[in-house]
Amino acid sequence: MSTLPVKRTAHWVGSGAPWIWLNAGAIALCMIMVVGLLALIAVRGLAHFWPADVLELSYQDGDQTVRIIGELRSAEQVPAQRLVEAGVTGLPIGQEEFERLLLRVGNRDSYGADFRNVLRPFILAESAPDELVAIERREWGNQYGYLRAVKQQGTVVAEGAAVWSEFQARLLRANALHADIARIQKDEIGRVNHRIERLRLNGRKLELDGALDAMAKLELAEERALAEAEFATLRTQLTQLSTEVGRDSYVLEIQDGQMLEKPMAQVIGAIRPNQLSVPSKLAVYFSNLWGFLSDDPREANTEGGILPAIFGTVMMVMIMSILVTPFGVIAAVYLREYAKQNLLTRSIRIAVNNLAGVPSIVFGVFGLGFFVYILGSGIDDMFFPEALPAPTFGTPGLIWASLTLALLTLPVVIVATEEGLSRIPRSVREGSYALGATQAETLWRIVLPMASPAMMTGLILAVARAAGEVAPLMLVGVVKLAPTLPLDMNAPYLHLERKFMHLGFHIYDVGFQSPNVEAARPLVYATAAVLVLVIVILNLAAVRIRNQLREKYKALE
Amino acid sequence: MAQLTPLAAQAAAQRRYRALKDSIARWTVAVGGVAVVGALLMIFVYLAAEVAPLFRGADAAKRAEFAAPGGGHALFVAAEEQAEVGVRFIDDGRVVFFSLDDGRILGAQRLPGTDQARIVSAQVVSESGHEYAFGLSDGRVVLVRHDYRDTFPEGKRVVEPSLSFPLGETPLVVDEQGRPLRRIALQREDDGLLIAAGLEDGANVLVPFALETSFLDDSTTLARGAAIEVPQRFDHGARADFLLLNPEREWLFAAAADGELLFIDVRDPTNPKLLSRRQLAHEGETLSALGLLGGGISVIASFSSGRTEQWFPVRDANNRYSLRKVRELPPGDGSVNALSMEQRRKGFVTADESGQVSIYYTTSERLLLRERISSLPLRAIGVAPRANAFVAEDSSGTTFVWEVENRFPQVSWQALWGKVWYESYPEPDYIWQSSSASGDFEPKLSLAPLSFGSLKAALYAMLFAIPLALMGAIYTAYFMTPALRQVVKPAVEVMAALPSVILGFLAGLWLAPFLEQYLPGIFLFLLLLPFGIVGFGWCWDRFAGRLRAVLPEGALGALLIPVVILVGFLAMGLSRPVELLLFAGNMPHWLTTELGIDYDQRNALVVGIAMGFAVIPIIFSIAEDAIFGVPNHLSNGSLALGATPWQTLALVVLPTASPGIFSAVMIGLGRAVGETMIVLMATGNTPVMDMNLFEGMRTLAANIAVEMPESEVGSAHYRVLCLAALVLFAFTFVLNTIAEVVRQRLREKYSSL
Repeated sequence: MSTLPVKRTAHWVGSGAPWIWLNAGAIALCMIMVVGLLALIAVRGLAHFWPADVLELSYQDGDQTVRIIGELRSAEQVPAQRLVEAGVTGLPIGQEEFERLLLRVGNRDSYGADFRNVLRPFILAESAPDELVAIERREWGNQYGYLRAVKQQGTVVAEGAAVWSEFQARLLRANALHADIARIQKDEIGRVNHRIERLRLNGRKLELDGALDAMAKLELAEERALAEAEFATLRTQLTQLSTEVGRDSYVLEIQDGQMLEKPMAQVIGAIRPNQLSVPSKLAVYFSNLWGFLSDDPREANTEGGILPAIFGTVMMVMIMSILVTPFGVIAAVYLREYAKQNLLTRSIRIAVNNLAGVPSIVFGVFGLGFFVYILGSGIDDMFFPEALPAPTFGTPGLIWASLTLALLTLPVVIVATEEGLSRIPRSVREGSYALGATQAETLWRIVLPMASPAMMTGLILAVARAAGEVAPLMLVGVVKLAPTLPLDMNAPYLHLERKFMHLGFHIYDVGFQSPNVEAARPLVYATAAVLVLVIVILNLAAVRIRNQLREKYKALE
Repeated sequence: MAQLTPLAAQAAAQRRYRALKDSIARWTVAVGGVAVVGALLMIFVYLAAEVAPLFRGADAAKRAEFAAPGGGHALFVAAEEQAEVGVRFIDDGRVVFFSLDDGRILGAQRLPGTDQARIVSAQVVSESGHEYAFGLSDGRVVLVRHDYRDTFPEGKRVVEPSLSFPLGETPLVVDEQGRPLRRIALQREDDGLLIAAGLEDGANVLVPFALETSFLDDSTTLARGAAIEVPQRFDHGARADFLLLNPEREWLFAAAADGELLFIDVRDPTNPKLLSRRQLAHEGETLSALGLLGGGISVIASFSSGRTEQWFPVRDANNRYSLRKVRELPPGDGSVNALSMEQRRKGFVTADESGQVSIYYTTSERLLLRERISSLPLRAIGVAPRANAFVAEDSSGTTFVWEVENRFPQVSWQALWGKVWYESYPEPDYIWQSSSASGDFEPKLSLAPLSFGSLKAALYAMLFAIPLALMGAIYTAYFMTPALRQVVKPAVEVMAALPSVILGFLAGLWLAPFLEQYLPGIFLFLLLLPFGIVGFGWCWDRFAGRLRAVLPEGALGALLIPVVILVGFLAMGLSRPVELLLFAGNMPHWLTTELGIDYDQRNALVVGIAMGFAVIPIIFSIAEDAIFGVPNHLSNGSLALGATPWQTLALVVLPTASPGIFSAVMIGLGRAVGETMIVLMATGNTPVMDMNLFEGMRTLAANIAVEMPESEVGSAHYRVLCLAALVLFAFTFVLNTIAEVVRQRLREKYSSL
């Protein structure tokens, strides 16, 4: 071996070692990208729920000094040149870059925007007073400021030090009342409306059948009157609750010194973040997280929770699984067990395999054109003529989305099941035949159970693909905001024709179509984290089932 | 025996029952299996069925033929909205309404002024507005409109025709000397009207009228402006045989039968300017018909030889207009005697000397139908407003009513994939613009920019994905220790399971701003990374000494993770100084100003990285399988003969596995071409045709996702979107089939080795 380093290097290069290192580098980069991406989503998504401190700044804005109160959202370094180009004057000379802070100042109803950029050199003083309150509202985003008074029907009931405890007590009452109102509005009025709509459709149906005689008319009118009476009662209840919930209000001093008096009914929750200890912050964190998972969205989806989207996604995937499994298995059994193995079955197999690679949007076009417009309209004409011209099934909806995705994932199930069937040794089947079993019996008792882990694998892959697929759903049934869930307490309970919300589409919609992208961004990350989590959980659950089945049928193999 | 018989019978029954079950199962499975395969085939069948009508021509069938109601020679024939009632404007000044089913006369009226003077010129003002103008021999003009009202006597719909006179019943004086108006053109808007008239002596005169509203009673009066003569006349003393004014009253087209056309700017009617003088007719032919296409931008010129051309004013870079020949349509057999424009599309119908009617469409340059409806020359033709029927009249005074089925004339192979010269555009181009706020809109349905966008996105994604995926696959399959493989393969599976919507949203909301900020850093990273890795490798092999014994060669990949991260931080850290030093502090800005390369925040680079990320696991797993599947004895043999591991890999393993690698790339490409959400979110979705790395694109798939929900079912737009889906389907299907066939061959090869 030569001791000359140059020669050694040449030998090292000649052996191809640098290439091996480069190859290793490629896989290292891939791993970093995967882990980094997951970490990015997790950190950005989950950090959002942590109650951030609210800062009070004394800030040089032009020639005057203003007070700014807000949550620190992010900070970045901005080159001085860019700031000068943007028209900022009075910057200290000799510095290349300045720190720019993005503060969420809230009070959108007063200022028009939720956010404000501030530059570090103009901050004269910075503090985080304990008394600062962050209030989450049902409309107009958050509020930050000092709580000055709590009023009952316009008269001050608490001021100064007592104000916080009084505020919290009255907030509890307001929230309880609000929950009642929400229940009446959503559930009970929804139920009555559903009944009235059913009556209308029944009447129309009788009319179409020519059976709407005086008797039937009378009956319908009677029922209708009953429903309307119930509706009126609910309305009075609602009005009562509304006046009651409007009893209290609070006075908040916001950053520019304005005293805002707002109704208590608008408040969802309030904290004094600067005062909280770490355990109580943790408690707030988890309650925020839970709220995100269990609430309905608010403010054009940029606030609130994503429960309907989670629900819609799971629902759709479940219906899809129910549809795709039997058909996929039957097709695989036909191709492998019954059809003659010839050029035709070979080409069918290749075709089925290739369909897995056909772009999902093509399935979406097919779903919209064939399922919705042809099949759906046909169903409407045949079974729901009373609702026409308003379509029942002839419009994008849950069932069509599930069917489209079932078609999309069918090749996955077929291929996986076939693979499983082809692995079962011939001798097992022949043994069964030798004992006198028919082909069907062999299939049902011997072959299918042995192939079940493979079927499960196919289903896992199908579910993983379906849960994350968005493009076709945009055509066949997903909406940005569905007023009702596809599953509720009104007969027939499962409403397959309804439109639904979906996590993936929610990400697209909130991240790219929303009016307030900056405010919604953390929610998009959080939704993405949930979607990844749902997919991973679905995968893991399916993998466990597969392993259990494998254990169970190990003896057979 | 007596005891056995029932048992035997029972067993036989049982057997029959089982056999029955078996055949039921057989049939169910067969039917189910065929149905499922059929359902998958349905996708292709459905898309093809939706697309097919686009390329079909028009169909026409005769509804009725009768002696022209009212007799005489018709100057114009027209039909109302429902194509139930027709109208003839006869040269003696009578207007006759008749049923299009049987020619029954439903009403007749004489035009005012025609009892003292003859009609000497007639002009379509607006086919969609049902307005016609007639020039009289005493220098006056009548503007008339045919109106229809639905009435319901006894519950049945009856169309009640009537005439109205938008400028009043008294004819308008155009020539104060009372000379006959040989040719006229008239256009009106709310504030007034402009009349152009060609006189017997060859002069072309412009007469503007202002509409004045009285302050007292809101009544309006027309104030005649001074008549201005266009200074230029035709050569050879010819007189105007055709006069056209566009609806915006900007251009006057005056043409003589010998083919000479004057293109005159009349935006200021007191100062008409000749913009160009052109000879439209070829040697030996004359101009036989001239008309304004629906929308009033294009001029359709037909010649005695049967040729038909489309011309329109084009604005050049200096903001000057010139009249350009845009396209020539397939010629007919005889001289075109009459033209009628479709009212809501860019199509038109000609009637010629040989008795043939031809239906054309300009954008797609299609001749949709040619039908001989009479053995005699045709004199007049009118298309129904919905373009679902036409009325024509021949020289013997016979009226023909034909029904037309012509739903998708605007699409042709050429219009979808070639350059098309759209109205008001300076030159032919590939354009996708399916809808617009304006009513007179020429849909621009070129799939070329969308397909280009798909391929561009896929190309950049593949540039990013192929090296990473293949190199990663090579290392994982051939060098990596099994323990590490157990970690890497699931990680890649996670990568594959990541929904594209998440990649798209990260690309659009995180990566795009990041790239804009650290653009030099990204290129530095790509530049430094190989050096960093090889440098580290060299140091490791040289200096690690005893450590090398501890870590097997197959685990070296793990060592590189901190190296890659370090290089990344270094590159991003250097990004700002490099930007200040070389790119004047702002690289995107520098690219635009110094190199003239436009920079969009959401560009092909972002798409390339994000979609590359989505494609990597697909290529990786197939290629890894192929390389891992190479029989061991091949590489063992090579190693035993003294080849280094790299030589073995490059000269033995990779050539054997190359078909598998090829199919991996094909399948990856198929995925990249059809990917929707990433492109939708990570680009600006503008349909530009430009390979620029820093500009966006609009792909076929993203376009479908954006436009399909808003598209009207069964419309041409809807069907073109279906065609886009079919193109995607066919493209990926072919790619995948190639890949699949190659892979199966490879599998056979491996099993024989």
